[in-house]
Amino acid sequence: MADVRNRPGLLTGRLASTDTGVTLAAYAVSLIAALALSAVLVSATGGSAGAVLDALLDGSLRSPGAWGLTLTTAAPLLLVATGTIVATRAGLVNIGQEGQVLIGAAFSGYAAVRVGGPGWVVVSATLLFGAVGGGAWAGIAAGLRAWRKVPEVLTTLLLTFVSFPLLTYGLSQSWLLADRDTERQNQLNTGEIIPGDARLPDLRLFGNAIDSGFLVAAGLAAILTLAMARTLLGTRVDMLGFNPRAAQRFGVAAGPLSAAVLVGSGATAGMAGAVLLSGGAAGDRLVFGFAGNFGWDGLLVALLARNRILVALPVALVFATLRTGSSFLAATGVDRKVTDVVQALLVLALLVPPALLFVRDRRRALRSTGPSTAPSTNPTPEAA
Amino acid sequence: MFDAIATLLSSDALYDSAFQFSVLFAFAASGEWVAERAGTLNISVEGMLLGGAFGAVVGHQIAGSAIVGLLVGALFGLLIGSVQANLSHRLTANQFVVGLALNVLVLGLTAYLDSSIGFDPARAKVIEVPGLVDLPLIGSAIFGRPWPAYLVYPLVPLLWWAVFRTRWGLEVRAVGENPQAADVSGIDVNARRRQAIYITGITCGMGGAFLVLGQVGTFQSGIVNGRGFIALAAVIFGGWTLRGTLIGCVLFGFVEALTLSIPANGYTIDPFILKAAPYIVALTVVLVFATRVRQPRALAQPFVRGLT
Repeated sequence: MADVRNRPGLLTGRLASTDTGVTLAAYAVSLIAALALSAVLVSATGGSAGAVLDALLDGSLRSPGAWGLTLTTAAPLLLVATGTIVATRAGLVNIGQEGQVLIGAAFSGYAAVRVGGPGWVVVSATLLFGAVGGGAWAGIAAGLRAWRKVPEVLTTLLLTFVSFPLLTYGLSQSWLLADRDTERQNQLNTGEIIPGDARLPDLRLFGNAIDSGFLVAAGLAAILTLAMARTLLGTRVDMLGFNPRAAQRFGVAAGPLSAAVLVGSGATAGMAGAVLLSGGAAGDRLVFGFAGNFGWDGLLVALLARNRILVALPVALVFATLRTGSSFLAATGVDRKVTDVVQALLVLALLVPPALLFVRDRRRALRSTGPSTAPSTNPTPEAA
Repeated sequence: MFDAIATLLSSDALYDSAFQFSVLFAFAASGEWVAERAGTLNISVEGMLLGGAFGAVVGHQIAGSAIVGLLVGALFGLLIGSVQANLSHRLTANQFVVGLALNVLVLGLTAYLDSSIGFDPARAKVIEVPGLVDLPLIGSAIFGRPWPAYLVYPLVPLLWWAVFRTRWGLEVRAVGENPQAADVSGIDVNARRRQAIYITGITCGMGGAFLVLGQVGTFQSGIVNGRGFIALAAVIFGGWTLRGTLIGCVLFGFVEALTLSIPANGYTIDPFILKAAPYIVALTVVLVFATRVRQPRALAQPFVRGLT
């Protein structure tokens, strides 16, 4: 019995139709349906869909300096998504990115204010600590999976809920993350301000300030794309995802490799936390709820990109557009939570076409093979 | 130390909130147990609970009655369940992806609608069982509840009967253990799995409605706050038996209640430990019980005829 769950083809529907026209049409229809549904929702609650779209575009692209902020926001999303995609391709279900981002940010916040030395040392230490923090947090789940076969779906998720109070605890202790500046009012439960030389430098382009975290994210995405496509290790990861038993026959050490991939995906999420902190996309100091759903959104980006890192880049940009654009929604009188709905609807909408095409192709295949090889010539009612 | 434990254990409030949470977990976990016996690790429990809670205030707002609130809550849960079921067991989309997207969707949608509509408080009437309600400590906790809480008593045996004493239940268990064999013997594997998820949707919808009508009284977007995932842990704790699942619900109910009643009784424990306690206990429990018991063999494995 082959383990279908771990076949990326089934996970992503990549076995689906080769018929490009139909595929594109199916995607277009379901995307339009998702957007239309969002528009209906906005109108039904007394808003104007046109005004919402206008505000989103103003906030994310058209107003001065906006697209630089959008690129800055896309960086952590892309980082989270990149690691998640590699993990998914190895057949793992890591859904605890939010906690991994948070712990990564906490670790990097510690490094940013404690490590001395020239700027580049501090910045590298910040990123490195972020990766270590996120990796360690995912490492708990990896360890439990390796040791007791506890499903990582559940542990990564439960660990996320542990990470929130853990950060609060860290922020309440001055030997950990709490602000040591006793002069400041309300220093309770906030981190120290990140010093200027621990920050990732901004790139200036046409009046837009783009955090160099975006380069880090794009670079890592490029490296991992190449590594997955061109190296033996990448092939092993994919093989593990397609069929763990066959992979083991070919000499892939399934246990250690999947543990390493899980830790690695946590490390990229943790690095996203570091970029979030030192790039300034989420404020200049650690506070409660710092991760601000960047982990969850990055996970959604990965799901939408259907296991292809290069596709994750445009998807991350779309999500970042929604995020930065939502700050302009207040003027339209529509609550900014509407962007969460739009994002989730987009994810669900993009799940449908490949699955639908997969079912259609299967029915065709069954019909053409006839009764001797196929279980039945008639499509089963549940496949309709 | 022992004083403190004695004070805690003799406070009515502890049993009251422990029972409160246990009932919530029981609604969610008993339905989830059916879905898992059929082979789905259904992580949209969280969204179903939230949808049920939202449905309860919507129903209460429209009809002004808690009964309608409960029914609409169950309906909303069923609705979310049917999206989960049809996307994952009709269209073969990955069940975790669907569940996760649904959780996000329901969280965003309910928060958005709640902020743009605004609802009246919705509470169900308290029904006291005469005599028994005067028992010390646990009397009012168990026998003096808003009426939706009592629905859990017929619900659980009903689910047990459906899964263990009907043909449908036999097929559900077969589908969760060995879908290939079930398929060959003429059982519609994915139909059974979908039906099991519908049941999860209904019970979680009722659970969410209970949370509003019988506990909180209003809708807030953080009302469920990860408790659906604890219900998932309760099923694993129970080793995929109904009895064990219920014991898990009571255990997690007490842990949740302690996090409330320790500060209420004037004891100080680090708030970090209090807030993280339910999840740390859940992790520990999963760790201890994950390999000791046998899970449904086809848990979380999709079935596509001819491919598996």
